[in-house]
Amino acid sequence: MILRGINLSIKKGETVAILGPNGAGKSTVLKILGGLIKASSGEVKVNGLDLKKDSYDVKRKIGFLAHNSFLYDHLTPLENLKFFGKLYGVENVEERAKQLIDEVGLSFFTHDPVRSFSRGMMQRIAIARAIIHQPEILLFDEPHTGLDQQAIKLLNDVILRMRDEGSTILMVTHDFQQAIETCDRFIIIKNGKIVDDLQNVERNIDTITEKYMEQVSGL
Amino acid sequence: MNNLFKAAFIIAGKDLYSEWKTKQVVTTMLIFAGLVIVTFSFAFDPSNNAVRAIIPGLIWVITIFSAILGLNRSFLSETKNDNLYGMIVSPTDPSSIYLGKVIANFIFVLIVQLVSIPALFILFDFRFMGNFPLFLAVVVLGTFGFISVGTFLAGLSSNSRSSEMLLPILLFPIVSPIIIAAVQATRILLIDIEQIASAISWIQLMGVYNLVFFVLCLVLFEYVLEV
Repeated sequence: MILRGINLSIKKGETVAILGPNGAGKSTVLKILGGLIKASSGEVKVNGLDLKKDSYDVKRKIGFLAHNSFLYDHLTPLENLKFFGKLYGVENVEERAKQLIDEVGLSFFTHDPVRSFSRGMMQRIAIARAIIHQPEILLFDEPHTGLDQQAIKLLNDVILRMRDEGSTILMVTHDFQQAIETCDRFIIIKNGKIVDDLQNVERNIDTITEKYMEQVSGL
Repeated sequence: MNNLFKAAFIIAGKDLYSEWKTKQVVTTMLIFAGLVIVTFSFAFDPSNNAVRAIIPGLIWVITIFSAILGLNRSFLSETKNDNLYGMIVSPTDPSSIYLGKVIANFIFVLIVQLVSIPALFILFDFRFMGNFPLFLAVVVLGTFGFISVGTFLAGLSSNSRSSEMLLPILLFPIVSPIIIAAVQATRILLIDIEQIASAISWIQLMGVYNLVFFVLCLVLFEYVLEV
């Protein structure tokens, strides 16, 4: 049993950072929400829709950015985005894909296979893949890992823009600085349980670090 | 139901397009088929009438072993960047992923058969005198049965470290009925046409096998993705 008694309610438009030590179950929460893992018990509801029963409708609302890009190495960014766009039923998928490639600053590499891309470039295309269907909910699993400053800024801009447009964002991260820059609420998970839920706290790295250390020290 | 087929065709289209770009799977399968045909054509004297008896078996040796080469790659190519997860988190039914993979693998094997069977007939100086539509039906049904079970088990074994070894071990006991039926029906249609009634019985067996196993695999594939 990885998670024990997780009871979490998130309002539309919230940006939530999930913090916790390695092995706490943060990514598992995200994988269950994204439909990658089925929970052995309990339920996930999105706008009243049950993830198990209405998985098609729920998954249409979710954009998932994992540690791995989900991209096909031998395909170009355009081909990758067109494939995933079609799976999500995006209209004018080619136009939308080109627009996103442009937005992530890789229009010069539109027709190059992604195997020649650096981690940062790959992550930019992965961000485009995650938002190609303009999801209402975004799930990010350690999205800042291995990114250069430019790519971090681009990712944070996407998160903040999506937040301003009313999207709900859940982000698993170890990077407190990025969490503070983008999130309003901070959930700390330890040993599969939510041990703290920081809402309306001062968005200050010292405050968050202090609260975090209080919970996870003496692990 | 519409979404099931739509997503399946998108996935099959992606696999076919990937193959068109990389030419890895079909090329390997064709090289294997060519090697088998050339080796056997040198090992046996094509002018000897008895050699005709090995042609039905050879057709299925080429089909089975070249198909396994393709099946092994089918899901391994989805593991590099967790590509399969990209499909799972999208609004795609697991059955669509299975169906899409079956369509792509089936087309790959048909391409190999389209090249290798005529080549086999030419190198063995074999003149086809049987019932061609029935022969075509046997080839298509036998291949579909093998691919539908093979794709399911390739998905299952792709989570294992030694998936390339695991797939044949899991596959052969389950597909032996369809292999036996396909070889028997092909033998009758190619060299023993008087027993055509018996060939039709084998074809019926293949039809039932395909129906049962295809539906089972389609329904159960959801659990394969959970492993």
